[in-house]
Amino acid sequence: MTPRGGTQKTSFNVNGTPHDLDLDTRTTLLDALREHLHLTGTKKGCDHGQCGACTVLIGGRRIVSCLTLAVMHEGDDITTIEGLGRPDALHPMQAAFVERDGFQCGYCTSGQICSAIGMLREARAGWPSHVTEDVAAPTIDLTDEELRERMSGNLCRCAAYPNIIAAIRDASGGDGA
Amino acid sequence: MIGKPLNRIDGPLKVTGRAVYTSEEWGVGQPLYGVMVEATIGRGRITRLDTSRAEAAPGVRGVITHRNAPRQQPPDPSASTYSRALPVLTGPEIHYFAEPIALVVATTFEQARAAARLVEVAYDVIEGRYDLAARADQTFSPKDIRGWWPTDSIIGDFDAELGKAPHQIDVTYTVPYELSLPMEPHCCLAVWKRDAVTVYTSTQIVSEARARIAATFGLSLDNVRVVARFIGGGFGSKLAVHAETMLAVIAARQLRQPVKVVATRQQVFHLAGHRPASIQRMRLGAAPDGRLIAFGHDTTQKACPTSDYIEQIGVTGRALYAAPFRRTTHRAVELDLPPAEDVRAPGEAPGLLAIECGMDELAYALDMDPVDLRLTNEPATHPESGLPFSDRHLVECLREGAKQFGWDRRPQRPATLREGRWLTGYGMAAAIRPHFQAASSAEVQLHPDGTATVRADMTDIGTGSYTILAQVASEALGIPVERVRVELGDSAFPAGAGSGGSWGATNSCSALSRACDALRDQVLAAVPDADRSAPGGLVELVAKHFPAGASATGSIPDMDKEPSFAAYSLASYGAHFVELQVDADTGEIRLRRMLGVFDAGRIFNAKTARSQLIGGMIWGVSNALFEEGSIDTRTGAFMNRDFAQYLMPVHADIPAIEAVILDGFDTRANVLGGKGIGELGICGSGAAVANAVYNATGIRVRDFPITLEKLLPHLPSQ
Amino acid sequence: MKAFTYERATDLRAAVAAAAAPGAKFISGGTNLLDLMKLEIEQPTHLVDISRLPLQRIEAVGEGLRIGAQADNATVAADDRVRARYPLLSQALLAGASAQLRNMASIGGNLLQRTRCTYFYDPSTPCNKRTPGAGCSALGGLNRSHAILGASPSCIATHPSDMAVALVALDARLELLGASGTTREIALRDFHLLPETTPHIETVLLPGEMITAVVLPPPPSGRHRYRKVRDRASYEFALVSVAAILSVTGSKIEGARIAFGGVAHKPWRSLEAEAVLHGRPATLDTYQAAADAALAQAVGRGHNDFKIELARRALVATLVELGGAS
Ligand SMILES: Cc1cc2nc3c(=O)[nH]c(=O)nc-3n(C[C@H](O)[C@H](O)[C@H](O)COP(=O)(O)OP(=O)(O)OC[C@H]3O[C@@H](n4cnc5c(N)ncnc54)[C@H](O)[C@@H]3O)c2cc1C
Ligand code: SF4
Ligand code: FES
Ligand code: FES
Repeated sequence: MTPRGGTQKTSFNVNGTPHDLDLDTRTTLLDALREHLHLTGTKKGCDHGQCGACTVLIGGRRIVSCLTLAVMHEGDDITTIEGLGRPDALHPMQAAFVERDGFQCGYCTSGQICSAIGMLREARAGWPSHVTEDVAAPTIDLTDEELRERMSGNLCRCAAYPNIIAAIRDASGGDGA
Repeated sequence: MIGKPLNRIDGPLKVTGRAVYTSEEWGVGQPLYGVMVEATIGRGRITRLDTSRAEAAPGVRGVITHRNAPRQQPPDPSASTYSRALPVLTGPEIHYFAEPIALVVATTFEQARAAARLVEVAYDVIEGRYDLAARADQTFSPKDIRGWWPTDSIIGDFDAELGKAPHQIDVTYTVPYELSLPMEPHCCLAVWKRDAVTVYTSTQIVSEARARIAATFGLSLDNVRVVARFIGGGFGSKLAVHAETMLAVIAARQLRQPVKVVATRQQVFHLAGHRPASIQRMRLGAAPDGRLIAFGHDTTQKACPTSDYIEQIGVTGRALYAAPFRRTTHRAVELDLPPAEDVRAPGEAPGLLAIECGMDELAYALDMDPVDLRLTNEPATHPESGLPFSDRHLVECLREGAKQFGWDRRPQRPATLREGRWLTGYGMAAAIRPHFQAASSAEVQLHPDGTATVRADMTDIGTGSYTILAQVASEALGIPVERVRVELGDSAFPAGAGSGGSWGATNSCSALSRACDALRDQVLAAVPDADRSAPGGLVELVAKHFPAGASATGSIPDMDKEPSFAAYSLASYGAHFVELQVDADTGEIRLRRMLGVFDAGRIFNAKTARSQLIGGMIWGVSNALFEEGSIDTRTGAFMNRDFAQYLMPVHADIPAIEAVILDGFDTRANVLGGKGIGELGICGSGAAVANAVYNATGIRVRDFPITLEKLLPHLPSQ
Repeated sequence: MKAFTYERATDLRAAVAAAAAPGAKFISGGTNLLDLMKLEIEQPTHLVDISRLPLQRIEAVGEGLRIGAQADNATVAADDRVRARYPLLSQALLAGASAQLRNMASIGGNLLQRTRCTYFYDPSTPCNKRTPGAGCSALGGLNRSHAILGASPSCIATHPSDMAVALVALDARLELLGASGTTREIALRDFHLLPETTPHIETVLLPGEMITAVVLPPPPSGRHRYRKVRDRASYEFALVSVAAILSVTGSKIEGARIAFGGVAHKPWRSLEAEAVLHGRPATLDTYQAAADAALAQAVGRGHNDFKIELARRALVATLVELGGAS
C-alpha cells in the first residue's frame, strides 16, 4: 500500500501577518517561508539542523526552521529576518552587523541576527550556558566567551565570527527585541 | 575615498533578508523543482534504470536520465577549465561516487524529493581506486601545472648539497581532502524563452558560466544570460557551474517551465570539487647560522581520469625563501574520485602547511627563533627566476607582527608553559600569495542628475565588490559614494574574470578606473575649452552638455599582455602569530588569540579587507584542526558529508583575531596599486597553528588535521 | 521524505492509541525524526504530534523531581531546581546540540534520538540497524565515533545523547503510557538495549508506548561534573563524555556515580568504577584504578581505538577536578 499523505490546512502569523496555508504535510517551516510565502530571507544551508542559517523566532524563542513541519505551527507567532527591520529602518542588531561588518556573503546572516536576538532574551532570563562556571548562579555575566558559546549554533563559512561577536556586543546594550 | 573603511553598500539588503540570492528569484513565476539522483557506487555501469515508479509518483512532471537527455557537446580541452562544456547524463558509465544519474522534476519540492528515491537502479560494479596512501608509489608526472607553471623546478645538485648541509630536515606532511562548502549550496534556476535561456546560478564567474552553458548545449553566447547578483559564498567551488546548472537548463527546456535545482548539503560534497589530498615531503638543508642551502618540496596529490586538474602545491616554495639549491616537484596518483577543483588559496593553502611547518622544524633543530630563520632567508630577488620583486614587505610583516603579538614572550622550548590543565604554545608562519590579473571590463555612466551607474559582470561573493567599485567610481568621478549605483552579476554587463584567484577586486576596480578615465577624457574632449575647469567638475559638465548622460567602458588585459608581470615577481605577503592551549588530559586544542600582519599593496576598503583576511585566517585554523573529507576507501564516497560530520569552526572556537594591514601601493600591480587579499589570510595560518601546537606540547603532528587522537599517545601522563 | 498524514494530539490516551497503528510515530520537537525522514531512514506513514500535550511541567515529587517528557531541553537546563540540585543534568543538556535545537528538543525525544553512525545515515550502505541482516559497514570502515563498550559484531554504533548520560548517573526512572492506557515505570538504566544481534531494537518501548515523564530521585550528595570531550568547542556530539558525581569527606570517597557517553549503544553507567571508588581515599591511584575497572572490557575497532585512552583520561581528569588528588 502506498501511503497517502496529502495536504493539510494550517494558519500562523509571520511578522504579524496572518497566513492560511494548505500545505503538503511534509513541508518544513523553512520551505513554507521560502517557497510558499516567498520570504527568502531565511536561508537553507544544510536542511538538517546543522548550520543555523534557517533560524527564526517563535514566540521570541530561536529555533531552526528546517527541522520542524509547517503544520506543527498552528497559531504560532513567527518572526523572520524580514520582520525585524527594513533597509531604511534597521533593527539595532541589523545596524550593528552592518557597522561591524558582521558578514561577508550574507548567507548565514539572517540566522545569526535572529539567533542573536533570541540569545539575548535567554541571557536576560538568566539562562546558563555550557561555559557558565556555576550553572546555579542566579545571574550570568555575558562575556565574549559566553556570547561565542551561545552563538555556536550558527556557522559562518565566511568566518565573520569576530565581527559578529563585536556586533552583538554593540547591540546587546539596548536591543529592541 | 578608496581605502576608507566604508560599511558595505549592500549591507542593509543583506541584514534584512532582502538581498535576493540566485534560486530565490520569484519574478520569473512559479518554478518546478528538480532533485538530483546520484549514483551509489564509486565506479561501474548502470545495468538497469527504471524510472516508472518515479514518473508515476504524485506531482512528477519528468524524469531525465541518460536515456532522454539531449545531446551535449564534449569538452574542448583547449578551452579554459571552467568554461569547457560539461555534458551530464551522458551514458550508463559511472566514474565516481554520487555522479548524477537523473533529475526528477515535480510541481513541489516535497514531491520531487520523494520521487527521486523511487528511481530504481542496478549496477555492475568495477573495483575502483580510492586510496591515495595505498597507491602513493603509483604516480605520474603531469605535463605541466595548469598550463602555467613547470611541473618540476630543479636548481643545482639538490641531493648532493642537501647531504652536505650541516643541518637537515627530511619530513613528510599529509594534507587531507578539503571542501569549500559555501553556506549557500550550489543551485540554479533556469528559464527559457524561445531559444534563449536565462540562468540564475550561484557562480563566482559569470562569463565562464555563460561560456560553459553555451558550449555544452551548442548555443550562441547571445542566447545565454547568466545572472548572479548575490552569491552565498564560493571559495573556489563556484568558479565553475556544475551538474545542478546543466540539469536545470535541460529540464526547463524539456518541460517548458522554469526549473529550480538546489543541491542538498550532502550532494555538494561530490557535486563540486575538493582540494586534492596530498603527501608532501619537505627537505631542508641549512648552515648553522640558519641560511638555507637546500630547499626541497616534493608533492604527490590525488588526480582522476575525468579531469586534468593538478593543484600547484609545489609552486609556492619557488618564490618564498632564498636557497642556492632547490627542488620542487609535482606528482599525481590517479584515483576514481570526483574531479578536484580550486579550493580557497589553491597551492598555497596546502603547500604552506608543509613548508612553514618544515621551516619551524628547522628552527627548532637550529635552536633559532623561527622569525629570525625567516628573516635570515629573505631573498633579494625571486629565488628562482631572479626577477626583481615588484614590492615585497614580508620582513616588515614578520617584524611588525612579532612586536605587536609579543612574540618575545613565547616559550623558547616546547612543552614548558603549563597553566593548570592547559599546555600553552606560540607559533608563527609566513604567508605568500602570487598576484594575478585577467582580462576584465566595466562600464560607467554619469547621469545628468549627478548620479552614476557602474556595471560589470563581476560578482560579489562576500568580498565587498559592490562597495569597493562604488568607492573607486566615487573617487574617480568626484561624486559622493551614495550617488553611485553598482549593478553586478549579469552577463548583460561588460565581461570580466569574476571572483577567483583573489583577483576580482583589482581586476574590476582597475577596469572601472580606466572606464572613469575614459569617461572624463570623452567629456573633456566634447566640451568647449572655457568649460573645462568648471568648479563643479565632471558632474557639472555632464549636466550641462550631456542631456542623456555620458558613459564609457574600460578594460584591462590578461597578465601575459602586461609587461610588468613579465618583468617583476608580484605577490602579497604576510605573517601569522598564534597562541593556543592544549588540554593536557585530553589533547583538545583551543585557540587563544591570533594576529596576522599583511602586505598587499593598496587596500580598497580597510573594513572589508580586514574581514576577508580574518576569514582567511580562520580557514587556516580550520585546515589545521578540523577539516577532512573522509573517503571510505572501499566505495570511494565522502562519508562525512554534512555539517555535523565535516567539521569547521563554530563561534566558540574562534577567539579574538586581529588582522593588521601595512600601508602600501604596488605601482607594478595595476593603476590602483592594489593586490589580492581574498586568499592571503589562509596562506600559512594553518601552519602557524600547527607550530603552536608543537610549541605547547612538544608533539609534531605531520598528518592534518591535528585531532586529539594524534596527540593523545604522547601527552604527559596524568 | 515519504508522504504521511498528520494529527495534533490533544489527548494522551488517543495519542497512544493512534501511535500504536502500524507505520505511526510520535513527533515531539522533530529534530531527530525529521532529520531521518528527509533521508528516508525513518518512513512513518502517520505522525502523531505530541508536542502540545500537557507534559511540559517540571514538579517536585517528594525530595525528587518529575520532568514532563514534553519539557524542552532548554527549559529543563534553565530550571532553577535542576540547576541547584541536579547541576549534572543542566551541564549535560547545555553541552548538547545548539541553543536553537535545545529550544525545540523534548526530553522524551532526546532519549529516543538515534545513532549518528555515518553509515546509518547513508542509505546506500549496508547497515544492520536500518536493514536487519544487511551487514555493518562501520566494521572495517570509518568508525572513529563508534563504540568501545558493549558493542557486538552486528553493530558498533553509539547512543549520541548527552542528557541521557547524566540521567543514568542520576538513577532516573521513566514513566511510560502504553497503547492500551496502562502505565508503567522503568529505570532509565534498563531502557536502552545493547545491540547484540538486533541493533534495530534500541529500547524496551512497545509500539505506541509513550514516555510521559522522567522522574529523578533525590540527588546523591557530592559534586557534579559533566565533561564532554569533542574536536570543536561546541555544537558537536561527544567523542567521549563523563558524568560524575563524587562525594568526598576528609579524603575518603563516600559515594560516586560514574557514567560515560559516546562509548556504547546506550548511556553507559559504570558500576565497576563506582565500586572501586567507594570507600577509598581520594587519590590519583584510586581514580586510575576506577578508570581501569570502567574500561577493562573496552575494545577498539580501528579509528576509535583512541577512545579507550581518552575515556580513561577524561574520567581521571574529572575525578581530580571533583575530588582533588592527594
Ligand atoms: C545538528 C544536531 C546536533 C545535535 N547535537 C547533539 C548533542 O551534542 N548532544 C545530544 O544529546 N543531542 C544532540 N542532538 C540531538 C537532539 O538532542 C535530538 O535530536 C533531540 O533531543 C530529539 O528530541 P525531539 O523532541 O526533537 O525528538 P523527535 O525528533 O521529535 O523524536 C525523536 C524520536 O523519539 C520519538 N518520541 C519523541 N517523543 C517521544 C515520547 N514522549 N515518547 C515516545 N517516543 C517519543 C519519536 O517518535 C522519534 O522516533 C543534535 C541534533 C542535531 C540535529
Ligand atoms: S555500526 Fe550499527 S548503525 Fe552503524 S553501520 Fe553498523 S549496524 Fe549500522
Ligand atoms: S538549514 Fe536549518 S540548520 Fe542548516
Ligand atoms: S557571511 Fe557568508 S557564511 Fe556567514
